Amino acid sequence: MRRRPGRRRRARRPAAVFARPPVLALLAALLASATAGAQVVPYTIVADGIPEPLGGAAGDPARGRAIVADRQKGLCILCHSGPFPELRFMGTLAPDLAGAGARWSTAQLRLRIVDAARLNPDTIMPAYHRTDGLARVAPAWRDRPILDAAGIEDVVAYLETLR
Amino acid sequence: MIRRRGAALALLLALATVATRVEAQDTRRSGFMFMSPGTQAMQRDDMENPGMLAVLDGAELWAKPAGTSGRSCADCHGGGAEAMRGVAARYPAFDATRGEAIDLAGRILQCRAERQGDAPPPRESRTLLALTAFVAHRARGMPVAPDADPRMTPVVEAGRALWHKRLGQLDLSCAQCHDDNAGQKLASAPIPEAHPTGYPIYRLEWQTTGSLQRRIRGCLTGVRAEPFAYGADEYIALEAFLMERARGMEIETPGVRP
Repeated sequence: MRRRPGRRRRARRPAAVFARPPVLALLAALLASATAGAQVVPYTIVADGIPEPLGGAAGDPARGRAIVADRQKGLCILCHSGPFPELRFMGTLAPDLAGAGARWSTAQLRLRIVDAARLNPDTIMPAYHRTDGLARVAPAWRDRPILDAAGIEDVVAYLETLR
Repeated sequence: MIRRRGAALALLLALATVATRVEAQDTRRSGFMFMSPGTQAMQRDDMENPGMLAVLDGAELWAKPAGTSGRSCADCHGGGAEAMRGVAARYPAFDATRGEAIDLAGRILQCRAERQGDAPPPRESRTLLALTAFVAHRARGMPVAPDADPRMTPVVEAGRALWHKRLGQLDLSCAQCHDDNAGQKLASAPIPEAHPTGYPIYRLEWQTTGSLQRRIRGCLTGVRAEPFAYGADEYIALEAFLMERARGMEIETPGVRP
């Protein structure tokens, strides 16, 4: 599919997303957060996105950029390339982050970072804000999402600027 | 016009033949093929290959009496150039006495304890790596030829299941990187196809020789999964699967890897 700036791509498997009413998704997320790790906050999926900021507060693009470029924290550039002239080594496993803010709405970006497997179960993109459904997580990371709610919002705020 | 059409048809046929032939070719690539020319040269030259140090240490240990038996490995298995030739190419193998699969290092530990009457050296110890490297080097240049014992089948299948199992906080399986994305770059490093043909390897990142189990632990840590303990059945199953997957490829021990 050709990607045109300004035009939003539809989710690959919209049926699976639409079949799940937002209320149920909210309940499921609440349950997940209650049983698995205090850092996971509840959220509501609408269509193929999460319209509301995680934890309610808007993120900071500068902090988000730092997270994305950090190999230990965001891990993003292990797989993605992006507009980072100061970084020498970036991965080729995933799409270039340049233009991500034009390709996706804020809500779509948020769900793709929080739990991309909701849209494509076979994705290699890790769920950045989920602690259930994982196997053999190392003790240091157990019951902790890759990014907390504030971290997710910072990354969303940064990716939005990539147009 | 007809002649031109005929020529086009002939060309198409020729192309189709070439395409079929290419498809039938073995496309598997050793990790060696993903390395820089400098690192490749280091592996090729025994005088430059730092993994040869372990092989030479192993040769010394092979001839040295150990344990209450006072016997060396060579006393039973021979010490000549042909001793243990090709043996490593069929491991992990089924151990009928134990009723389970055993890897090459495990077999050496077994010999140490049960036949030589010595306290077996720990996994990943210099002694065990050296002896393993010595034996594996004796299969260099020979094709991987997994143990044909049918009791290995469930072990290989357990390894295959593990290969496809998503693990860790990053929720990734071995297959998602090493099957689906081999050749792509993870940060700066090309992802190899994960053929275990050079073990024990000298890894530049480690600055020492290490086992396949150590290498797999590296990936498990990378996806933020809890590694299995050294010697665990899971590693042996994975190795059995990987050797089956690498059937016919050439043993390179001692491999050098970045």
